[in-house]
Amino acid sequence: MDLATLLPFLVNVIVGGLVLGFVFAFFALVYTMVYGVLQLINFAHSEVFVTGAVVGFEVFRILAPNPMNGYLKLLIALLSAMVISGGLNVLIERLAYRPLRNAPKLVPLITAIGVSLILQDVLRVIEGFQGRFDLTYTLPDAFGVKFCAEGSSCVGVGNFLRTIGVDLQVKDVILIVVALISLTVLNYVVNRTRLGKAIRAVAQDRVTAGLMGIDSNLMISATFLIGGALGGISGVLYGMKVGTLNAYSGFEPGLVAFTAAVLGGIGSIPGAVLGGLLIGVIQKLVSVMSVLGDLVGSKNLATIDDSYSKMGAFVVLVLILIFKPTGLLGKSNTEKV
Amino acid sequence: MTAINPAQPNRAKPAPDRTILLVLFFVITSVLLLASHNQNVLNGSLGGVLRNPILEAVVVSLFLANVLFAYLWRAAPWARALVGIGSLLLVLPMAGREDTSLLDLSIQIMIFSALALGLNIVVGLAGLLDLGYVAFFAVGAYTWGIFASPRFTELLKYANENPGAAGGPTLLLGVLTLLAGLCLYVLLQRRQFNTRAAWIITVALSAALFAWFWIGRGIFTLGEQRWSPTVLWLIFVPLVIYLVSLVVKQQRGREVRSDLLGVSRMLSAVGGVVGLMLVIRSINLFLSARAAGLASGIDPNFFWLFLALSIMAAAIVGVLIGLPVLKLKGDYLAIITLGLGEVIRVLANNLDLYTAGSQGITPIKSAAVPWFNSLAGLLGFSEDQYYLLFLYVLVLVVVGIILLVNVRLDRSRIGRAWIAIRDDEVAAQAMGVPLVQTKLIAFATGASFAGVMGMIFAAKQTFISPESFNLFQSIGVLSMVILGGMGSFPGVILGATVVTLLNLRILPGLGEATANIPWIPQQVNPGQLQRLVFGVILVTIMLLRPEGLLPNKRRVLELHHDENQEDDSAQGNAGALGTGQSLGNTGDVYSPGKAPIKENDRSGGAK
Repeated sequence: MDLATLLPFLVNVIVGGLVLGFVFAFFALVYTMVYGVLQLINFAHSEVFVTGAVVGFEVFRILAPNPMNGYLKLLIALLSAMVISGGLNVLIERLAYRPLRNAPKLVPLITAIGVSLILQDVLRVIEGFQGRFDLTYTLPDAFGVKFCAEGSSCVGVGNFLRTIGVDLQVKDVILIVVALISLTVLNYVVNRTRLGKAIRAVAQDRVTAGLMGIDSNLMISATFLIGGALGGISGVLYGMKVGTLNAYSGFEPGLVAFTAAVLGGIGSIPGAVLGGLLIGVIQKLVSVMSVLGDLVGSKNLATIDDSYSKMGAFVVLVLILIFKPTGLLGKSNTEKV
Repeated sequence: MTAINPAQPNRAKPAPDRTILLVLFFVITSVLLLASHNQNVLNGSLGGVLRNPILEAVVVSLFLANVLFAYLWRAAPWARALVGIGSLLLVLPMAGREDTSLLDLSIQIMIFSALALGLNIVVGLAGLLDLGYVAFFAVGAYTWGIFASPRFTELLKYANENPGAAGGPTLLLGVLTLLAGLCLYVLLQRRQFNTRAAWIITVALSAALFAWFWIGRGIFTLGEQRWSPTVLWLIFVPLVIYLVSLVVKQQRGREVRSDLLGVSRMLSAVGGVVGLMLVIRSINLFLSARAAGLASGIDPNFFWLFLALSIMAAAIVGVLIGLPVLKLKGDYLAIITLGLGEVIRVLANNLDLYTAGSQGITPIKSAAVPWFNSLAGLLGFSEDQYYLLFLYVLVLVVVGIILLVNVRLDRSRIGRAWIAIRDDEVAAQAMGVPLVQTKLIAFATGASFAGVMGMIFAAKQTFISPESFNLFQSIGVLSMVILGGMGSFPGVILGATVVTLLNLRILPGLGEATANIPWIPQQVNPGQLQRLVFGVILVTIMLLRPEGLLPNKRRVLELHHDENQEDDSAQGNAGALGTGQSLGNTGDVYSPGKAPIKENDRSGGAK
């Protein structure tokens, strides 16, 4: 075991995990927000997310021959994904959840699963009519190069990262920057504006909020709009990160993100971000376990291959739900009779 | 109720007698079915029309509707019996003689009916949304698949090459560990320990398991890899850290007993599982000398024994999965069962030695029943059809038994307890229903149905791979239950039939019919729209008819509670207060009978 090779390796794992973690954090945020206002796990959100990714794919595909600046393309992709995913999410809420507001809790959960299945096939059919199934992002060339490559002039953070041997691509940096900006904006909206205050009021107690003159249905729609927009952003970012996806590939990150939300404590926004980042790192760590095993010289570790990385998230989920169902930052919620 | 308000119940008029209609329908559809599967007719002038895949699907569906109508319509008992028995035991096998795909379809329908009945107990009766149900199906399938296929020889060979320890000591140790683990597990369920006792149990268990693994490392191999110190430390260091954190928590004056019980429960479960693996391993060791004689798995006559074993295995897995998760409810339970179901699938994918990974196990043998084969021969079946016919009859019998068990359970004390838990967990507990025990029975019963059908499925397909048991299958079974009506036995069978027909006949038929239309690309084949169909079923049923196609009466009253609420609270209070009539009729929103119901509905509570 050589510390000089192990350390950069671990640093890279953690950084890579954090990059992935930001996508999950977004995703988890939306689960948490919707859970906050409706006490519903919005299973369909993973398809809203994929819709965002597909929109991003389409934008990049259509604009590929266009010589405009790559960052402008990214902006267009993000904005259109936000609009379409947000609108879709509001529509889902209006059609599938609102009529069931007073039904037993299992009922909207089941429709959510149903909506998710419908959207999967609808997306597949839409892309299928153009003869596509797997969608591979055509990113601008500038996104694929290494961040702060050897020889280029780098200052500040970039220089520091290069010194400690972190391997980042430009698109990873974009991902982190976009994520940080959106999280800041979201934080502002939820905590500092009237809208955010109203949403929080509805999350706390819908009936009392209604008595205070808040239109709870409108606020729930607003939550879904914000959630859908965030889902769209995360979809585009995820698509850029993984490169290739299809209509069905929302399920897995969706589940991982839900795990992240539960890990952080469902209903808690900082918890969701924390959980997302943690899960990202854990998943990355499991997926490189075989490499690590070779480095450390342990045969047992070397047999843990990439396919276990999904299980890693599940095992974390199971352990959390058994031992600390309220999550890391969640508040315990006693049931009233 | 009628005494208080005689105008209230609008008792339905008795349905008209449809004996003649039923028999007529039976005859027509039977003739159609037989004709459309008869080679002579197919080769004749009508053949072109009858070969149309969509028409074929319609004929099969109409024929199966016979059984439904025999159940639904009011008719002379002899006619209903004739139609039910005649179509299942006579016409269907006869048509299947010409076209085995029909028998195959019927077997699939019944397998899924049994799965839906099992899930119905968990979701419909006990109200525990289980999204990983297909895991139990997988357990049953692998229980038989591993032993009745060449995979078993591989296992024996491996045991021969890596003996680790002799068979005798391994067996002894395995039995001891298994018993100790199980006993502790059950003991820990009783929960009467104080914190000090919980500490002692946890620490003792951790120490025992650590010592066990430490002594056993390198001697007892559990899987392909020998236990090495690294793995031990990876397991035990987090455990020790967790225990230390509990000590800190206790120092701060917080209650840690339930955490401790959770850990020790998990440790004893680990002990039980390891014990079971050791027992299996020692059996392998004992048999390893005869590996050559078992080249294609064990004697097929063990099928009957394994039928019982698969039920037990699935029920045990149901309990093991159920115990740690059952304190959660609603959507958390749904997610965690989903996660555990996926964990089982990923394990099946990765434990190459036992399950051959994603390649799958094949060929899987099945029971040999000479007398049945000669009977089938007498009835004019060709030799390659004996086996399907045998499975058809077997599945029919098993579904019959499962249905009987279901009906009896529903009316038993346990069934009532399930419904009580589903409707209001807290109230049920207050009435003395043991929550964990009752939920566990629901889990185990539902799992055992899936287990036995999984085994029959493995025998029928002769091939199983982890992909047969993905999450999508679980959701498919769930949509069957919901389509038919949660809690209603005829309903879920109808749901299973409709969904299976859609999946296996109607959608592929549509796909075949549209295959040559140029403007529909291959990627949009309607044959692959199962997800869309499942989704539409789930959403529309939940929005428009939450009680399902053939609803359970009790469930209808419950789901349409809102519409009847005015009357309901009137009646409810009439008994309790004696002034119900006026109270209810004024529609007073502050009626005391009504407020708690509203409150419950909003917050969701145990539902």
